Amino acid sequence: MWKNIFDWLNERLGLNDLQKSLLERPEPKGNWWNTLGSASLFLFILQGLTGIFLTVYYTPSPDHAYDSVNYIMNDVAFGWLIRGIHHWGATLMVIVVFVHMLRVFVTASYKYPRELTWLIGVGLLIATLGMGFTGYLLPWNQRAFWATTVGTQIAGTVPFVGEFILKALRGGPDLSALTLQRFFAGHIWMLPAVLVGLIGVHLFLIIRHGESHWPKKED
Amino acid sequence: MPESLSRRDFMKVSVYFVGGIVGATVGLPAVGYLIDPALGGVAKEAWIPLGKLADMPEVGKPYPFSFTRVQVNGWERTATSHGGFVIRKSDAPDDLVILNSRCTHLACTVNWKEEERVFLCPCHDASFDAEGAVLDGPPPRPLDRYAEFRVTEDGILEIFYKEG
Repeated sequence: MWKNIFDWLNERLGLNDLQKSLLERPEPKGNWWNTLGSASLFLFILQGLTGIFLTVYYTPSPDHAYDSVNYIMNDVAFGWLIRGIHHWGATLMVIVVFVHMLRVFVTASYKYPRELTWLIGVGLLIATLGMGFTGYLLPWNQRAFWATTVGTQIAGTVPFVGEFILKALRGGPDLSALTLQRFFAGHIWMLPAVLVGLIGVHLFLIIRHGESHWPKKED
Repeated sequence: MPESLSRRDFMKVSVYFVGGIVGATVGLPAVGYLIDPALGGVAKEAWIPLGKLADMPEVGKPYPFSFTRVQVNGWERTATSHGGFVIRKSDAPDDLVILNSRCTHLACTVNWKEEERVFLCPCHDASFDAEGAVLDGPPPRPLDRYAEFRVTEDGILEIFYKEG
């Protein structure tokens, strides 16, 4: 029966083709440096899943944010695990995405016809850093509060539009409930939406172009 | 393990196997994480001291008391106040009526009116007699009683309180 169900779905969805193009793409030459993109994708999915789970208990309000994070860490079963994965996964994701970028740079994989893949990758890096910046405020502890105070102040030093950027980031001149709420919205809705969209195009381009070959001496 | 297993197939099986283990070690705790508040959480109960029984000597006179219970739901603490009256029906130490002062109509707090010897509810003028029976007004049933009580060795009157 399972075979019938699989065949029915396969005929309509082309599962075998999907598997071939997604999971069994030929590698030009087995090289661990070429796995960093997949590692980034895996970390993104992991962050997405653990993040969804965290919203079950987290409250983005100045009255409750800190207490709700404490509750997750101390009282909910495996809350420490879910938040721990999200916390360390975030750091790891920034590192992996950055090393992925370095690899592409060093192997000159951003050249024709992959310029667009590179540009979208730049967008992905910025969005990833944005996730780090917005997520850092959410625990609403001293470190989060002052890190965001400093971070938004740095954004405020931009000539001419600096003050506007600072107010737009904070939702007013000061760090407040509005800041926490908009960082939360950015962290769980806007930036993930941007990331998912960009990742989709990024992956499409990679499957379309195949992987670049590892540079040889003559290159 | 068949000898014809190719390197590629071995890698595939290994990937699915390791992936399954990783998925289970994160997935199973995640289920526990989700359903955690649904586990446990039985109704809380406690013995609440009301004061020395010796301080409530008069038969037939309602002695008011009040206490506060704190409920913790996740990261939120809610304090609820409770009140009532202790009435001696005779001199025997266990011949007591302990009433809850919540009106059984719409949960307003009833007050003792000494002149008329009734409990009056300020909301809809309901009245109850000294043992809580309805005399007048809309309440559907007599005042609730704290049926379980005890007197400790030190002479403290305690009632058994159950949440919910």
